Amino acid sequence: MMETTEHSPEAAVSVHLTLNGVPVTAEVSPNAILLDVLREQLGLTGTKKGCDHGQCGACTVHVEGRAMNACLRLAVMCEGQAITTIEGLAEGGRLHPVQQAFLDHDAFQCGYCSPGQIMSAVALLEDRRVPGDVTTVREAMSGNLCRCGAYQNILAAIQDARLRRHGQEGGDDA
Amino acid sequence: MRTFAFARADSVARAVESQQGDPASAFVAGGTTLLDLVKLDVMRPSRVIDINALPLNTVERLPDDRLRIGALVTNTDLAYHPDVLADHPLLSQAILAGASSQVRNMATTGGNLMQRTRCPYFRDAAAACNKREPGSGCDALHGVNRMHAVLGGSSECVAVHPSDMCVALAAIGATLTLHGPRGEREIEFADFHRLPGTTPYLEHDLDNELIVAVTLAPPLVPLGAAYVKLRDRAAYEFALASAGAMLSLDEELIGEARLALGGVATKPWRCREAEASLAGKRADTAAFEAAADLALADARPLSHNAFKIPLARQAIVRALRDAARRAREDDA
Ligand SMILES: Cc1cc2nc3c(=O)[nH]c(=O)nc-3n(C[C@H](O)[C@H](O)[C@H](O)COP(=O)(O)OP(=O)(O)OC[C@H]3O[C@@H](n4cnc5c(N)ncnc54)[C@H](O)[C@@H]3O)c2cc1C
Ligand code: FES
Ligand code: FES
Repeated sequence: MMETTEHSPEAAVSVHLTLNGVPVTAEVSPNAILLDVLREQLGLTGTKKGCDHGQCGACTVHVEGRAMNACLRLAVMCEGQAITTIEGLAEGGRLHPVQQAFLDHDAFQCGYCSPGQIMSAVALLEDRRVPGDVTTVREAMSGNLCRCGAYQNILAAIQDARLRRHGQEGGDDA
Repeated sequence: MRTFAFARADSVARAVESQQGDPASAFVAGGTTLLDLVKLDVMRPSRVIDINALPLNTVERLPDDRLRIGALVTNTDLAYHPDVLADHPLLSQAILAGASSQVRNMATTGGNLMQRTRCPYFRDAAAACNKREPGSGCDALHGVNRMHAVLGGSSECVAVHPSDMCVALAAIGATLTLHGPRGEREIEFADFHRLPGTTPYLEHDLDNELIVAVTLAPPLVPLGAAYVKLRDRAAYEFALASAGAMLSLDEELIGEARLALGGVATKPWRCREAEASLAGKRADTAAFEAAADLALADARPLSHNAFKIPLARQAIVRALRDAARRAREDDA
């Protein structure tokens, strides 16, 4: 069994992540917030900072496949974890189907909330515990605010991506 | 943001030991309360102990059929757990009525019990708040207290306990397992949170202990359960008033009833008199309204929140009515 590891406030702690599929080591201070490390240390500025308090969803990333607010998570808590940001969704130069659906449905205006919206939507579509009816999807997406009010098109994009992904059965499994 | 030292605990005993050595240290589970409040300079731990590596993230069925929930089970996993959905639908409903998908994915069972009030004066390091800074006064008493408590408050503090999950636990009944320097002990959920009285900074019964598990009381059978949450917007918002109700029905007569309130009280609020008034009654609106009046008999409004009393009354009546309807369906 490993010893309980102690780090002083000034320490640089090595954190090992699998970031968008690639192993990465970052040296961070104990109070460094995951969002700030992603944006300012690792150069991934796709993840946005809105409120910095869990209230807007702009910072949504996947930690071990689950949507989380990167603004309320210490980087040091992510030791050994797989983190996916908006930069990690496209594969081989092709947009993720949810990204494509956002384009097809014009599901944004200024685009500031879009990375967070898309990360939440991708996680939602992969979580088969959550029913796919519109009321449930609205609630499940309510952690992502859109100041431009693109909600209708966001919802349409998600339900369209759901249909394409799961077929008819996925659309009405509520 | 203030700095702090950091430690990762790899066993329950070592987590407790580690905290003993430094009383200004704080455990971090999901981090959704702690880091929010560290950023606001409201919580100021000198050291943060990460407990996420502890083996406390399972829901187990005990030999006596009760469910034992590890302190690190996330709110999302708890709400969707098949045994919880089957035995304690009120708990699932209450959790899913709270916060957002992201926050529920991070938030843990232990952390939810320990979440702090959303009182804006508590969250503002420049305001007077007896909870944050003992003896500094309470700016909410004569300030903007629209969100504050109408039950369980004192002249020192009227801050609401904000948890939805805890309202369900109050109604269901639960036993907490705590691990401290002197080993393990159990405490009833009802005795865990404290009323503010003259010591609003003492919020719970933990004494340098780690919450290890929450064991739920056996469910009522047959069961109808409903959580009704009324708030300023339809999602991702704390309750102005919420009611969790459970009923068992024998034909149209109520066997046992359970009722707890959120958003209106200084701790998760069980309404035992109202429950007792329902036993043996016909499950109809008259009985539900009478129970609601009993539940709110002691409610005292502040300058901006008299509306909470009729709002809570409606939440109670609707929760009881929905619970009765579900009990009938369950029986059918
Ligand atoms: C934007 C937002 C909206 C929200 N909306 C709602 C809502 O509508 N309804 C609702 O009910 N809640 C809501 N919440 C609150 C949320 O449910 C809590 O923040 C969460 O449950 C806390 O759990 P955590 O694991 O993240 O706790 P942490 O932040 O990790 O810890 C909180 C406190 O508990 C202590 N602690 C943690 N685990 C243990 C343990 N095992 N033993 C002893 N002490 C422990 C920590 O030291 C800390 O003091 C909201 C939060 C946010 C940020
Ligand atoms: S920046 Fe994280 S939720 Fe707003
Ligand atoms: S598109 Fe502008 S905030 Fe959503």
